[in-house]
Amino acid sequence: MKKKTGILSKIYIAILLIFLYAPIAVLIFFSFNNGKTTVWKGFTFKWYVQLFRDNNIMNALWNTIIIAVLASIFATILGTAAAIGISNFKGKKRMLIQNASNIPIISPDIVMGVSLMLLFTTLGVIFNFEMGFFTVLISHICFCVPFVVLNVMPRIKRMDQSIYDAALDLGCNQWQAFYKVIIHELMPGIFSGLLMSFTYSLDDFIITYFTRGAKFQNLSIEIYSMTHRRISPKINALSALLFLAVLIVMIIINLRDRHEEKMQKKRT
Amino acid sequence: MKSRKPSIPYIIWMVVFTMIPIIMIGFTAFTDKNGNFSLQAFTNAFYYTNIFVKSLWIALISTAICLVLAYPLAYLLTRMKESTQNTLIMLLMVPMWMNFLLRIYAWVTLLQDNSPIDMMLSLLGIHSTYIGNTGAVILGMVYEYLPFMVLPIYTVMSKIDNGLIEAAQDLGSSNFTVFRKVVAPLSVPGIISGVTMVFVPSASTFLVAQYLGGPDDIMIGDVIEKIFWTDQNTGSAISLILMIFIFVFLIIMNLFGDEEAIA
Repeated sequence: MKKKTGILSKIYIAILLIFLYAPIAVLIFFSFNNGKTTVWKGFTFKWYVQLFRDNNIMNALWNTIIIAVLASIFATILGTAAAIGISNFKGKKRMLIQNASNIPIISPDIVMGVSLMLLFTTLGVIFNFEMGFFTVLISHICFCVPFVVLNVMPRIKRMDQSIYDAALDLGCNQWQAFYKVIIHELMPGIFSGLLMSFTYSLDDFIITYFTRGAKFQNLSIEIYSMTHRRISPKINALSALLFLAVLIVMIIINLRDRHEEKMQKKRT
Repeated sequence: MKSRKPSIPYIIWMVVFTMIPIIMIGFTAFTDKNGNFSLQAFTNAFYYTNIFVKSLWIALISTAICLVLAYPLAYLLTRMKESTQNTLIMLLMVPMWMNFLLRIYAWVTLLQDNSPIDMMLSLLGIHSTYIGNTGAVILGMVYEYLPFMVLPIYTVMSKIDNGLIEAAQDLGSSNFTVFRKVVAPLSVPGIISGVTMVFVPSASTFLVAQYLGGPDDIMIGDVIEKIFWTDQNTGSAISLILMIFIFVFLIIMNLFGDEEAIA
């Protein structure tokens, strides 16, 4: 097919991009507004200064990052091991485990949130603990692992099984064969699983909302309570900074992918 | 590598943190406050039938709009240069990775009274309220979930073998015929996963309606959230019904997909 796009299709794409970016642009624009409403009252940086001085927000940001880092690392380890184990099951048993593993992906977030809340409150009564950091961490791991399994599984299927045998023949023990050979073959899948886990954890609101207990705050929860109080332009400043962070991460990933593609083309 | 043992920790994890919680939802739905068997929770749940139907309706319309907007976009993307494709896909994903609440809040800023849109339109002499109605809720849903529709359709379309398309062209098909006879049928699996990825969260989410809708625009997710703090039994019953409904929806979508693949 001709790789040509007409002016109409360019306009169409442009309109959709405007639709996606206009709200964000407006938020960023008003983060520099020296007034509390959407009426322009002059340029200021004061909301950014206030944002960094706001201990609640900074604490929430820290919690969000810690949870995302721990949940994605733990989920990646658990999920990669699980994918390797599951790939050695056959037929119906394997289908059963894989389908069970997909439950957190296909069930609505809110149902997962309330069901975990039921579990944690019941366990809390028995073992005498309250929901907080650890219950949120466990819940985040719950919805991250399936994504890791989904990303690593195809890599295992595509991998040539004989390279494992070759490593054993060349004198590796099972563990050496795994970390010297296998893990490199699986790396792209492991990495995208890790990345997906990290971003889903950062973005989550609903599941955290139900499993956080009374005290734990992450960024989503903090934004939620801010929008319920009097709306402060600090939210706009926060959006602008988050947008910048996401943009930078995306550009880095994009460049890395292109670099990899080039390397692969060179090899072949 | 030949052992099943590495999956044992995860299987235990799934039982404790996925299976048992769902069983607990089922158990709570069929009992009363004292833990005795009761169907009262389901009787209470029926009180919310209207909201349930309206939520599904809003989700359905949002999904349809997403599909109509996303399908041409995905198709146009596959016809561009590869580097342009990558850049545009990246641009699509950036808003998706902004915080969920901030994206809705952005629309509140855009639609409220004295907002930029309001002021521009009032220059033209148009005065209206743009927030607090079902339309605004649907707009919010489409904004939240549009990328989830574009990405799977694009992925499936970009994997279509170019040889098939060239063969069709060599056999004298016009661009439109190529699209209708080759690209469209082969993109069905993408449509199915896109519809699933938009419909499920938009039917069950909460807050979007609270931020953008009016007093009548309460969705079933908002009901579950409100009710769960006071009456876990009814909350569980509604959650159970919602979950069963969504599983049935997924099964139907899957059947539909398989038939298409065979035909």
